[in-house]
Parts: sequence; C-alpha cells; structure tokens
Amino acid sequence: MAFRKTVSKYPLSFIFLFFIVFPFIVPYKALATRIIIWGLFALGYNVCLGYTGMLSFGHAAFFGSGAYAAGLVLLRVSQNIWFGLLGGLLMGAVTAFILGYMSIKRRGIYFAMLTLAFAQLVYFIAFQWAGLTGGDNGLRNIPPLPVSLLGLTIHIESPLRFYFFVLVFVILSLFVLNRILQSPFGHVLKAVRENDHRARSCGYETSNVRWLAFIISGAISGLAGALYALYLHFVGIESLYWTTSGQVVMMTLLGGMGSFIGPFIGAGVFLYLEDVLSTVTEHWMIFLGGIFILCVLFFPTGIWGTILEIVRRKRTTVKQERDA
Amino acid sequence: MSVTAIAMQLFTGLSLGMLYVLLALGLSIIFGLLTVVNFSHGAMFMWGAYAGVATASFTGNFWLALVVSPLVTGAYGLFVERALVRPLYGRDLNYPLLLTFGLQYVMIEIVRIFWGTSDLAFSAPEVLNFPVGLFGIFYFPSYRLFVIGVTGLICLTLWLFLEKTNLGLVIRAGTRDPLMVRALGIDMGKIWWFVFGMGSALAGIAGILAAPIRSVFPEMGLAMLVESFVVVVVGGMGSLKGAILSGIIMGEASALTTLFYPQMADIVIFLVMAVVLLIRPSGLFGKSGLLE
Amino acid sequence: MANPKQEKGKRGAIDRRTFIKGTGCATGMALFGGFHFVRKTHAAEGPIKLGFPIPLTGPYGTEAKDQQAGAELAVAQANASGGVLGRKVELLVRDDKLKADEAALRAKELIESEGVQLMAGVFSAANQLAVNEQCKLHGIPYMSTGQSNEITQLPDNSIYTYHEAFDPYQTSQAVGGWAGKNLGKRWYFLVADYAYGWQLTEGFRRKGKEFGFVDAGETKHPLGTSDYSSYMARILAAKPDVLFMNNFGKDMTNAVKQAAAFGLKKQVTIVCPNCSLSSRMAGGDEVFDGVICGTSFYWEMDHPTTREFVQAFQKMHGRPPVDYAGYAYSGVKELLGGVNRAGKLDPVALAGAIEGRTYDNYKGKQWWRPCDHQSQQDWFIAKSKKAKAQYDVFQIVATISGADQRLMRTCVELGLDPNKPIRSGLIKK
Repeated sequence: MAFRKTVSKYPLSFIFLFFIVFPFIVPYKALATRIIIWGLFALGYNVCLGYTGMLSFGHAAFFGSGAYAAGLVLLRVSQNIWFGLLGGLLMGAVTAFILGYMSIKRRGIYFAMLTLAFAQLVYFIAFQWAGLTGGDNGLRNIPPLPVSLLGLTIHIESPLRFYFFVLVFVILSLFVLNRILQSPFGHVLKAVRENDHRARSCGYETSNVRWLAFIISGAISGLAGALYALYLHFVGIESLYWTTSGQVVMMTLLGGMGSFIGPFIGAGVFLYLEDVLSTVTEHWMIFLGGIFILCVLFFPTGIWGTILEIVRRKRTTVKQERDA
Repeated sequence: MSVTAIAMQLFTGLSLGMLYVLLALGLSIIFGLLTVVNFSHGAMFMWGAYAGVATASFTGNFWLALVVSPLVTGAYGLFVERALVRPLYGRDLNYPLLLTFGLQYVMIEIVRIFWGTSDLAFSAPEVLNFPVGLFGIFYFPSYRLFVIGVTGLICLTLWLFLEKTNLGLVIRAGTRDPLMVRALGIDMGKIWWFVFGMGSALAGIAGILAAPIRSVFPEMGLAMLVESFVVVVVGGMGSLKGAILSGIIMGEASALTTLFYPQMADIVIFLVMAVVLLIRPSGLFGKSGLLE
Repeated sequence: MANPKQEKGKRGAIDRRTFIKGTGCATGMALFGGFHFVRKTHAAEGPIKLGFPIPLTGPYGTEAKDQQAGAELAVAQANASGGVLGRKVELLVRDDKLKADEAALRAKELIESEGVQLMAGVFSAANQLAVNEQCKLHGIPYMSTGQSNEITQLPDNSIYTYHEAFDPYQTSQAVGGWAGKNLGKRWYFLVADYAYGWQLTEGFRRKGKEFGFVDAGETKHPLGTSDYSSYMARILAAKPDVLFMNNFGKDMTNAVKQAAAFGLKKQVTIVCPNCSLSSRMAGGDEVFDGVICGTSFYWEMDHPTTREFVQAFQKMHGRPPVDYAGYAYSGVKELLGGVNRAGKLDPVALAGAIEGRTYDNYKGKQWWRPCDHQSQQDWFIAKSKKAKAQYDVFQIVATISGADQRLMRTCVELGLDPNKPIRSGLIKK
C-alpha cells in the first residue's frame, strides 16, 4: 500500500528509474537507444497529432533533415557535438516552418496529403543532391565524437554511455515539452483541436497557433533525427521517405495519442516487437500489422491510454467504495 | 522533339493515366460516400494482380482473370468494410485511415507467405501481345490500347450506373447528404458496404490490367498508392469527374515531363498537386467543407 | 494529503525537484557507464560467429536467400574440414529490410549483442556501406558480396573491408569492351537514377571512347519505376544501335519487357550489363530473347571448380546456384580460409593472408588486390536461350577476362599506393 502510494506521488521518479534500468532489460543496449530516440520522435510528432489534432504524413522530412543537418555539421563545420545537435534541431524547425507555411491553411485529409507530398519533395531533393547528402548511399563516416562539457571531455562511444547521453537529451526535451504543453499555449492547442471555429471566435489566430505547434513538433523531430545520426554515424536516405512518417504515426497511435507519454511507449513496444519478431520470423510484419489493427479497433486510446483508463476506473471504484 | 515523339508520348500518357483513373475512381468513390481514406487501396490493387495471375496460370485464360480479379477484391472489400471499418464509424475520421494503413502491411505479408518475394512473370495474352502501327507513324503496344479501351468502358458503365439506376441515385444522394437519405428511410449501411466493395473491385481490375505491363510483386501497390492519393486529391475527393480528369492529366504530365526533363518525372505530380491545392483548396471538382 | 506541486499539473507533470533528481541520476550513470564495458565474446571457447545481414524482406528477397544459401554452403564446408582455428563457425543471418539504417542497426546488434568476430554479405550498395561503417568502428573484418564502387575507395575502404563482388565500373568496362567490338556504334543509356546507374553509365562512356562510340544520349528513370512507356519515345527518337539497361533487378526486367512490347527489339540491340539469373527467369524466354546479358556466373559453365560448386550446392539446396549465391559462397570461403591461414583473429594477419592471393572457388581465377582488397575476376557475356529446364536459361558467348587489373580502376586512380597493401582504418581495441 505504501509502495503504491509512493509510486502515485512521484510517478516521474519511477519513470526515470525505469529509463535507467531500461538498457539492461532489453536484449541489447543499442535497441534501448533506438527506442528512446524514436520515442522522442513520436513525442514530437504527437504535439502535432494528439495535442493539435493535425494528422501529418510528412514528419520524415523533419526527422531526416535534422539527421542530415547534424551529420553535415559534424562532417564539415565543427567537431563539436553540441553544434551538431543544435543544427539538427534548427533544421527540423526551419523545415517545419517552410512546410507549415504551405500546408497549414488546409485541414484534415488535405493537410495530410500536402504534408506527404512536400515531404516526398524533400526526399527527392536530398536524393538528387548526392554531392551534399550522398544520395541513395547515404551520408557516411560521421565521426564518433566526445562530448565536451565544462572543460571535461567525456567519451560516449560505448553503447551504454551513448544511451545515457541520449537519455539526458530525451529527458530534457520531455521536460521542455511538458512545460510548453502545460502552459496557456498548450491549452490553446487543445482548444484549437477541439473546435477551431470557437477558438477563432475567442480571438485566437488559429492558423498561427497551429503553425507554431507544427514548428515545435518539427524541432523535436529534428533533434531526434540528429541523435539518430550520431547513433548510427550514418544517415540513410530512407529517413526521409514516407514510410518513416508512416512508422511514427503507427507508433503514436499504438501508444496512445491522448496522453503525453503514450507515443513514447508506442515507440518502445513497436520497436521491441519488431526486433524480437524479426529474429524469429521473416514475416514479422503480419504480426505487427495485426496488432496495430487490433489496437485501432479495440484500443483506440492506445496501450498507454487503455492502461490509464483501467487505472482510473480502479481508482474511481476504490474511491466509491471508500465513500460509500 | 519531333511530332512523332510527342504524339506517341501523348498516347503513352493516356495509357499511364488510365491506371491512375481506375485507382482514383475506387478511392474517390469510397471517400465520397463513406469519408473513409482507404490506405490499403494499393494493396488491393496488388491482390487483384495476384488473383488474376493465379487464375490465368490455373486456367490459361486471361479473360477469365479479368473477371475474377475484381470479384475477388470486391468480395474482400465487402469483408473489410463489414468486419473492420464499420466498427469505426462514429469515431474520429482518422481511424479508418489508420486501420487501412496497418491492413496493407498484413495484406502484403500474406502474399509474401504464399507466393514468395520474387516477381511473377506474366504476359499479355497472345492476341494482344504485338505492337500496332498507329497513324502510320509510330508503334504502340496493342495491349496498352486495350487498357485504354477497357478503362473507358468501365468509366462509361460506372457513369451509366450512377446516372441511370436507382441504386446509383441513392449513392449520389448519399454523397451529397447522407442524413437526408437516412431520413428518407434508406439503409445507408448497406449502401456503404456495397460501395466499399465496388471501390475495391475497381482497384482489383486495375491490378490485373497492370500485371502484363509491370512486374507482379508484393510491394507493387505501395508505389501506386501515393500517386493515387495525389490524383484523387487533385481531382477533388469524392468527385468522380475529378478522378477521371485528374488521372488523365497526371498521366500526361508524367509522360510529357519524361520526354523533356526526365528527372523531374517522379516529382511532377507532387508539384501539380501543390499548385492545384494552392489555387483550388479542395481540388478541381471537390466540394469544400467535405472533411475540412 | 495531496502535494500541491503535484496537483497543479495533470498526470505527466514534472516538478522541478524530481526533474533535477532524475537528470542527476542519469548523468551520474553516464559517467559511471565507462565501467560497464561491452561484453566482448572473444571467448577462447565457443564458435566463431559470422554476421550476415541481407534483405530477406523486400523486393530482393530471392537474391538475398540465394546469398544465404551460398554462405551456408561455405560455412558447412569449413565446419566439415575442422572449422576455423579449431572452432565451429556459426552463421547469423539477419534481415536488413533493404534499408540502410536497418542494416546499420542489424550490424550493431550482431556486433554488440552477439559479439560476432566476422561480417559478410549485404546486397545493396547503400547497405554495404552502412554495415561497413559499423564494422570499421568496431574493428570487425567485413567481406562484402554485392556490387558497389564506393566500398573500395576512400573514404569507405579500410583494412577491415574486403570486396568479393564486382563493381559497376568493372561491369561497364567488361561489357563495354565486348559491345564495342561486336555491336553498333550508336549507344543509348537507360539509367536508373541512383549511384549504381550513374556509375555504370560513366564507365560505359569511358570505355566506349576506345571504340569511337557515338553517344546517342541517356534517359534517367527514378529507381523503382514500373512503367517505362514514357521513355520509349525518347529512346526511339535517338535512333540508337544499342540500348544499355543501366539498372538492376525488377527495373531491368520491366524495362526490357516494355521495350519489347513497344517493338524496340526490331530496331535496337538491348544489353543488360548486370543481369542476374533471377531477373532473367522472372522476365521469361520471350522477353529476353535476343537480349545480351552480362553476368558474374552461370551454373552450366564448363569449368572444374564450377562443377564442384554446383554439385555441392545442389546437394545441399536442391537447386543450382545463381550468381549472388556464388559471390556469397566464394566471399565467405575466402574470409574463413583467410582466418585459418592467418592462424589468429587479427586483422593485420588476416589481411596478410588474403592480399595477393590467387584463388579459384567457383568460376575461374580470381585475385585479391592488396591496395584496396578488391577481388579481380572475370565477367561473362551471355545470350538468352529458350529454357528447356527451369534454370537452363543462358548460353555463354564470351568470357571477359579480368586479368592484369584491366577491368578495374587503378590503385592510383583510387588515391591508393599500388605497392602498399591497405592499412588505413586500423583501430586499437
């Protein structure tokens, strides 16, 4: 009883603890790193989908361009890892700025198709501009660099160290994002999502609000992409292809787009299943696709959403019993 | 570029466009009536191809394959609507899209399990497998002329069905105002069920028509999927006129770009879409407010 | 008693204290992480693990399985004759889904989790480079069995990298040389719009000059195009004698099929510089009738080691081996044999055991060039024939010898010293 109370009082501490233990639970550490990077990507994506209600099929453009930007900065501009990450984040934001400008006036399926089309345009440009991006061979030889912090040089090549390096960024981003979404701005996002007309009549410039949300979403996706580039020392052209966008959508939905941490969990489950199933059968897609379909049909709030619902229902019944 | 080349290319664009038209018709009709975006449309196209190829290799009869493909995919469409999509009505419009998105992966994997991952070789029937001299200036595969003809026939049949039959009338009314149709006592559920099947059948026949032209392999629908969506969006979601016109325009755009500036061919349909949507936000013939 | 700080936010709110605690924990762990060293399975006992990432899912699943079959045969043969360094060899096959980042991830998993000591395989050029990258970072010898120009040149090459397969440049020199002597002068190129296609075309242009060829032009098509009808008009307008299909696999099969449908074969000779057996079989007799194909290997060739290889392969897998199976078989055999000859799992010793070696595993004489670890080998020109049995599809009309490095780019051209074996990229472990 006391343990349960402690957990509900400090849920986030336990989440932190979980993250720290995480790389030792999964089959190999590189998988843990991959999960938290995609988790961050899904979280950034959910700002767009879950919080603002915009279904985008073009987020690969932000993830991929962030990855390329980070790689190119580290290859050509500076050996400082911070600049690389910053480059990725900014690139994601800028790409979202441009794509958003052209798409944001439309809603619903038109918005989705426009984002898809523009993301494909970015893919095409990167593919053709082989001198810069390496084309279909990808951007290679991104050097493994140490982190310089307060005069110390920390080497992060080992899988475990790299995991914790990424974890720090992921947690930082979670914190920042959470602050933004809890702020008045976050509430405006929700208002816009629920009823655009009403929000407008309250005086909010809804297309600007959505644009800003889109940019924030793009920035986080770009940061995730930058971390991915550092992780693989390589950026593949597929990071810009629409199947990457599709994958993050699936993860977000799987985990639950109605909660903050849901998409993160969705990414974890998706990648873990994919990894485990791939080593067992080459037909892993049928299981993953099947699970996804089941989720859409029976668990529309996603894995995490359903868990929250169950917990909430239990709490209410407990409370009712207590009050009775 | 000589006149011959341009003339030939116009025909090529037309035959290319015809496949787009068939796919766009199916997508558009499903969307127009059910407001469901069928992301598994490409996979249905692929299933149609496989069903047709299997029939043809079993019976040695291509014409039979042409009939079997749409029947198989149509039946499958009926199943999908009843079992998977129907439970999602009343929920957010994104859900059927996401469901069909996941469904396509399952469909692809099923084919991989039974037929493996490599291509199936499939040729047009002997009677259509020769180049035809057109206007005495260039050769054009007779099979592609056949595709143009068949698609035209299908469009005509579809038009007659929608304009001249009672069921067609109900469908058209249902696209305009489903609530009213319900208020008049007609069961929209059955109509939606039928239309989903019809749309899937159209995808299926596109698949078998495409099989002799290109490779038949499990991922063949993925390439067509994005392009089909672009075509539908340009034409206007829910508009059949739009689907036909847009399909032809896109086919011609792609073909003519290949003639003059081949590298852009892949991207030109996206550019056309961007331009069209910026000028007419709901596509060429789309109704605004329909899923805004 | 509710904590006001917790109540203010909703579920998921983080208050400052917990955040600081958490980050502090994470950073602390990161610094301590160095004490957790990667579990290196350099056990003195235990099998030697060979990682093998290939695209089992995706459009090249068949070719990938062929590669796997070839590798399995080589591993079985090595194990039957005492293993490597007295230990059994274990082949760990992984699916890279034909995506470069997936290939990198699989390589990471094989290296970090499984502790493989050797790596081989990979089908597509981009994936090879991705896997190579991971191997270089961890000092794992990697035997590449797919075509790629970049893998043997800077900055991708290294002491750890070995390339058993041909590359686009060599392909173009081999086929271009034959075409220049035997076919018409006006050459047109249908080019898949990615590195492989561009490199083939460049190579053909270079070789063609020796024969005074006329450049009738080129058309680039996006990778994965299904419908080539739009390109026919351009090709015909250029009135070429020879049409080179500078693409691969499905693209090539589709292009040839559709060119035939448009009546192109009446006016133009079609050449497929790199035609794998599976593509030829997928296309069928009629489509490939009259088409000139270049290939790395054909199982019916009259050569002693070919017969041996085919026999052993048929015994193990019940079908004759195709070209990519040959690459994998020979590559893995060389890698395992090299380690045995070196006597230890040391990259420098291994390099010494392989460089400069002349060998003949399945198709004729091959030689390891020391400056870049590229395997020098022959190429074959084949004509399609009407299949009397399922795999009986080719008739070899010419053998293009690769001797004296005549088909390869020179070491100097690649920025390497022809007299020194490659030692770059050596890391301390």
